[in-house]
Amino acid sequence: MRLKITSLLAVTALVTACGPCPEECVTATGQGALAEEIAEIAAESPCVPGSQADFVENVGDRVFFDFDRSTLRSEGMETIQRQAQWLAQYANYGVTIDGHTDNRGTVEYNLALGERRAHAAKEKLIAHGVSPERIRVISYGKNKPIIEQDGSEWAYQQNRVAITVLQ
Amino acid sequence: MKKVVFLTFLMVVGLILPVQAELRIDVTEGIFKPIPIAITPFSGGGDAEMTKLAQDITSVIVSDLESCGLFKVVDPAAYIQSANDVMTNPRFADWRLLHAEALVGGLIRRQGSGFQVDFRLFDIFTESQLTGLSLNTEANNWRRVAHKIADEVYEKLTGDKGYFDTRIVYIHESGTEMKRKYRLAIMDQDGESHQFLSSGESIVHTPRFSPDRTKIAYMNFGKNNKEPNLHIFDLQTGQTSSLGAVHGLKLTPRFSPDGNTVILSIAEKGTTSLYTMDLATKQMTKMTTSSGAIDVSPCYSPDGRQIVYSSDRGGKPQLYVKNAGDPGEGARISFGAGLYHNPVWSPRGDLIAFTKQKGGVFSIGVIRPDGSGERLLDSGYLLEGPSWSPNGREIIYTHQASSRSKVALTCVDIVGFNKRKIKVPGEGSYPTW
Repeated sequence: MRLKITSLLAVTALVTACGPCPEECVTATGQGALAEEIAEIAAESPCVPGSQADFVENVGDRVFFDFDRSTLRSEGMETIQRQAQWLAQYANYGVTIDGHTDNRGTVEYNLALGERRAHAAKEKLIAHGVSPERIRVISYGKNKPIIEQDGSEWAYQQNRVAITVLQ
Repeated sequence: MKKVVFLTFLMVVGLILPVQAELRIDVTEGIFKPIPIAITPFSGGGDAEMTKLAQDITSVIVSDLESCGLFKVVDPAAYIQSANDVMTNPRFADWRLLHAEALVGGLIRRQGSGFQVDFRLFDIFTESQLTGLSLNTEANNWRRVAHKIADEVYEKLTGDKGYFDTRIVYIHESGTEMKRKYRLAIMDQDGESHQFLSSGESIVHTPRFSPDRTKIAYMNFGKNNKEPNLHIFDLQTGQTSSLGAVHGLKLTPRFSPDGNTVILSIAEKGTTSLYTMDLATKQMTKMTTSSGAIDVSPCYSPDGRQIVYSSDRGGKPQLYVKNAGDPGEGARISFGAGLYHNPVWSPRGDLIAFTKQKGGVFSIGVIRPDGSGERLLDSGYLLEGPSWSPNGREIIYTHQASSRSKVALTCVDIVGFNKRKIKVPGEGSYPTW
């Protein structure tokens, strides 16, 4: 059972129905923009409850770790708790947890480390009542960066994550 | 995929000269002074096509022998005899004046649809022929013939087997950091005859040759990069096949020395353990059982009796050696400060190459299997994934000089000298030799 947003009608209806909506999307729908444009905006919009965008903006799809660690930090635990609540509300979704690392390590070890992080996030989701069958785990190690590494500590920090992606 | 090479060593061409190998290079440590060698441009007789071939072959031999750092080719401008004359009547006393210690000459002539090369290698001081061979092949094999001659010269002068007639498989990288494309690629050890073996649609990692070098085991992330599995690429058929749908994230495959087994790691439920897979039966055997640990990057000893791997079961990644025969945890062999990764056993069996990570610096080093004699050969921003040359004399690895630098393949001698970049069309990582 996978939920997919297929009805454009539903999307346009929802766009106006939720919280903080950016100017563009109101304008676009108001002007009766082309279907593709609406779909595009809807995909980016934080305003569709139950969408990936809603999940990213209002729940948080990323859980961060310390360097070479796979122990959840307190803010990560809070994020996962919110994720579990959201997933309880939208029970049609399955999720994949992508494990990532920064690039300060080897390809081989980092693939394993990414899996350990993703698994730590999965365990916590299960503890909050999400069924294990809904959760898939994968690791990309350091080879699929989510933010460009410019050598700064900040960038490394940003890349030590497990990301929950809706299916 | 691999061309069938019709190449025959016809005979050993002998001159009536005393055969004694006085000239031997022995490099074990420290700075080495390359041995001066004269390589007379091979002769193609009066045949224009053969003359061109002779030039090409000579230049590959020169390039091979210079690249390994053990030889210095004497400037041909000073040569006092042609290859023709060297083949029949080398004037050793005159060559000595050029401070050359070894002398090579060769003749090429048309032979059916292909050609024949006769070449000789002389020791100038003892005035003796060290080797003389005749090779017969098709014209399109000229590079391999040149590499085989360079291998002969290398072997006769160093006592080690040559590695010039070999190929390197690696991960070709292109695109920006955020939109990176990874492709499996193969090339001659000097970067020539480059071919892509995968399209770049999915991420590929950690390629490793089978012992007979006809297959490559590697990790492939599959469709949309969502179906990671281990694959085997068959160089003879050009086909790739999955190692089968087993649970967990399968990593770091490596063939056993007899080629019948692949040892790998499976990351599952936060634990990464070593497994072996019998390639004929697909039977899996779990080899390590530390719960919560990352046991990864296994590699067999050349006799197949032991396995070296990296494990963080003691807290941080360190190198461990265990019995290959039965499951159980290994004994730690690395005790230096820092993290140790990607151990690879030398084909000679006497050393293990590794990646070391310490204080933000990455190094490639070697250590004896008993944990003694650790030496670092190269250090920098990001170095990883060492692989041995088939003769155990060189180590090739991934080298990135800074966060903004391109990823390159670098090669270094086991005593840490002659560090050099290997030519790649673009960027490259994780070589296997």
